[in-house]
This record gives sequence, C-alpha cells and structure tokens, in this order.
Amino acid sequence: MKEFDYAAPRTLSEALALLAENGERARVLAGGTDLIVQLREGRCDADLVVDVKRIPELNELAFDPAKGLFLGAAVPCYRIYENAEIAGRYPGLIDAVSMIGGIQIQSRASVGGNLCNASPAADTIPPLIVHRAVCVIAGPKGQREVPVEQFCVGPGKTILRAGEILVGLKIPVPPPRFGASYLRFIPRNEMDIAVAGAAVAVALNADKTRCEGARVALSAVAPTPLLVSEAGDVLINGPLNEKAMDQMAQTAQQAAKPIDDMRGTAEFRRHLVGVLTRRALRNALARAVES
Amino acid sequence: MRKIHVHAQINGLPTDFLCEPRQSLLEVLRDELRLTGAKEGCNNGNCGACNVLLDGRLVNACCVLAVEIEGRTVETVEGMATPQGLHPLQRCFMQDAALQCGICTPGFLVAAKALLDRFPHPSEQQVRHYLAGNLCRCTGYDKIVRAVMDAAESSS
Ligand SMILES: Cc1cc2nc3c(=O)[nH]c(=O)nc-3n(C[C@H](O)[C@H](O)[C@H](O)COP(=O)(O)OP(=O)(O)OC[C@H]3O[C@@H](n4cnc5c(N)ncnc54)[C@H](O)[C@@H]3O)c2cc1C
Ligand code: FES
Ligand code: FES
Repeated sequence: MKEFDYAAPRTLSEALALLAENGERARVLAGGTDLIVQLREGRCDADLVVDVKRIPELNELAFDPAKGLFLGAAVPCYRIYENAEIAGRYPGLIDAVSMIGGIQIQSRASVGGNLCNASPAADTIPPLIVHRAVCVIAGPKGQREVPVEQFCVGPGKTILRAGEILVGLKIPVPPPRFGASYLRFIPRNEMDIAVAGAAVAVALNADKTRCEGARVALSAVAPTPLLVSEAGDVLINGPLNEKAMDQMAQTAQQAAKPIDDMRGTAEFRRHLVGVLTRRALRNALARAVES
Repeated sequence: MRKIHVHAQINGLPTDFLCEPRQSLLEVLRDELRLTGAKEGCNNGNCGACNVLLDGRLVNACCVLAVEIEGRTVETVEGMATPQGLHPLQRCFMQDAALQCGICTPGFLVAAKALLDRFPHPSEQQVRHYLAGNLCRCTGYDKIVRAVMDAAESSS
C-alpha cells in the first residue's frame, strides 16, 4: 500500500482543520471497509487518513421521541440493529444494516461510510430515503443539511465539497401505523452486491385500510440510489388492492434506468424492480399493521 | 514514513509496537508480532481468514489499520487455548474433521468463538448466518457447522 500519514482527531473542529490544511490529499476513515481496500488496491490514494471514529458527534446514536433519531456518521451497523429502541422504529434501515457484508463487516461498516462511498448499489441509501433521513454536513463554512436523496450525484460522487465531513443523519420520528422494508436481489444468500434493491415505507390511516403516506426508493438501477416519488404517490388514499400494487411497481420500473453488467442485464434488473417493490410493499404493510 | 507507537492489549498481554500507518492489523500481527495464526486469504474483507476480536467484536484484521488499535483489546486464535488445554471449539474441529488444508481454520475458530460468546446455544441457521463471512475451499462447510454445534453442546 502507498504510504500515508494518520490522524485521529478527538473533535470535529480538529478534523475540519486537518481537512482544510490537506485538501484533496486527505481522506476520511470511518470503518475502513471501503477505504482501506480501495487504498490497498490503488483505486484511491491519500497522503493523510483522518480517522473520525473518536469524534463524539460521529459516534452518537440517540433516539428522542420528539426529534427522532440522530445517527452519527461513523456508528457501525451492529450498534444500530442491536438497539431495540431503534430497531422497532426504523425497520427499513434495520433490514439494510443487518444485510451489509457479514458479521465482521457489520462490526466496522458505518452508514455514513456507505453513503459517502456513494455506490449505486449501497444498501443503506434506499431505506434512508424512505425514512426521510437528512444529512448533517460540517465544513469550513459551518453546517448545512441536505435530504439524503440529494446526497449522491453519480457513482462514487457526492455533494460533499472540499473540506466537508458528514457528521450524521437526522431521521424523523415515523408517523403512527408506519412500516418499511428494504429488499435486494443477490445470487447468494449473503455477502454479495445488490443486482437491484428496493425500499418501501408506508403510513396507514386510522383503520389501516389506506396509505396516508408512501415512499419508494431503488438501488443498483441508476447511477445513484433513486427516490421514485410517483410510485409512492399512486398508493396514497386509494384502495390497497392488486391493481394499486401493480401500478406502484410499474411506476418504479419506468423510473429505473438500469444498465447491463456482469451482475445482470438491464432487462433483468427492471424485472427485479417490479418483484422487489411489490414484496417490499407487502412487508412494509404487514409491519405497519403490526405496529 | 514516520512510524507510530501503538499500545494495546493482545491476548491478555500489554503489547507495544511501532508501525507505519499503512500497515494493517493483520500485517502487524503476522510480520511484527509473529502471531501468524490469523491468515491472509483475500486481503479485501471477503474471506474471514484474518478474523480477530477487537474489543470483543469480530473483525477482518486486513480491513483494520494497526494504528487504530491504540488502547484497545485484540484476541487472536493464539489466545483461544489455555495451559489447561484446547478450547472446546478447537477440540470439536479436530474430532469432527472440520478442516483439511487448515488455512481458513483460525478465522472460523475466532468467528465461531464470537458467536458462542454471544449465543451459547445457536441454531444451525444462526451458525451458518454468523459464519457467512468465512470462506472455506475444502470442507464444504457441513463439518465446520457440525463442529460448532458440537462445541456448543459440549460446553452446556
Ligand atoms: C466483504 C465486504 C462486503 C460488503 N458488503 C456490502 C453490502 O452488502 N452492501 C453495501 O452496501 N456495502 C457493502 N460493502 C461495502 C462497505 O462495507 C460499505 O459501503 C460500508 O458501509 C462502508 O462504511 P465504512 O464505515 O467502512 O466506510 P469507509 O471505508 O471508512 O469510508 C467509505 C468512504 O466514505 C468516506 N467517508 C466515510 N465517512 C465519512 C464522513 N463522515 N464524512 C465524509 N466522508 C466519509 C471515506 O473517505 C471513503 O471514501 C462491503 C464491503 C466488503 C469489504
Ligand atoms: S484476508 Fe481478511 S478477509 Fe480475507
Ligand atoms: S480447510 Fe482448506 S480452506 Fe478451509
């Protein structure tokens, strides 16, 4: 591996100062499950690696019944799914953090790293989108907040500007009678990259017969994870029958812009979007009814 | 490149070493500390041959920088047996012939230990799920799964 220097700042301002000093030559390290492999394989390089795991804000995982969840960018997957208070409220996110890699990867991999790595197939991003997460970003000019669906702009590309750090995600308290689900297709049972993925979230009316809110998001079928607002909209306030579900799935299929590659053809991916959105909707509805 | 001094607890012993920031925990364990139990299979997080426990959590040592372990606790396969004898998992791996070439074995042992520390009586499905990040090219996994189940039973 090419040589680099290492720093583990204990405060956000120290980290920002290091990034400001070193510009493009510095890279942020969270769990390292993408970065260390990429540095080793020469797919990216750095003169300075800034380990952000000792910064309190980036390690915070706190649920507040009024404000919702604050998920620090460097919190590893296992801390999220082992927290019962969070697991019950954010089921779509839990689906994703419990399927990333294997146990070894989940000990280290963070949601912030998954987001900043900006893979089109990143598993946490569609559920974050349907849970309406907002990115909290700190930089030389202060803090800003950006909805998660606007964070990725292309494969490996995000809206982060030079010197900026993702501090964490704010995820609102889900509405009553809420359910969400994330599903992906991989050729194995575990340890693989999504050929396609779909997240669906629903909020039901008081007698649990109609959707008052619905959101659909996709992964691995476009240059970035995709929010398909129109697909959620077709479910709202209408009867939840087969016809509505088909319409939702078809709308999602139309929004997908898949490519052919070694994992699957565009045609297969489009087919998967139909299957996965329908199944994720069924799961989400079942969870909403139970909630 | 500047070498960094790191202090950590490794298999229960306070340990100091110097390393370059680019060196992985796996490289330091094997090349500097001569703890060659953890193996390099893929060097990219996919095979689990390098598994160790970091503060009790199962990690791939090839995906951790050695400088990151400052002040922390590492357990490797070398720490599993005691002067009194082998760990039940090690005994069951031998009894059940859960290894052939043995390259994957230290990783499986450490991963299985992490599993049993957390869930002393796992179902077969739990065992298979927990060990999904460990690859074996020889055994076909069945004997490994059986050895882990037997070890769980023998320590009950
Ligand atoms: C064996 C294996 C299996 C995997 N399986 C999956 C899978 O099933 N699904 C999946 O989606 N991914 C998978 N991955 C990829 C990876 O584990 C995830 O993307 C993970 O969430 C990355 O998080 P990390 O904390 O390890 O990030 P790191 O590797 O530390 O960082 C990733 C990138 O984000 C940047 N970054 C990190 N944190 C910040 C921050 N706070 N601010 C600004 N930039 C930041 C880094 O500079 C780097 O470019 C797998 C990887 C491996 C090795
Ligand atoms: S050598 Fe570390 S996972 Fe394969
Ligand atoms: S025994 Fe040879 S790889 Fe597992």
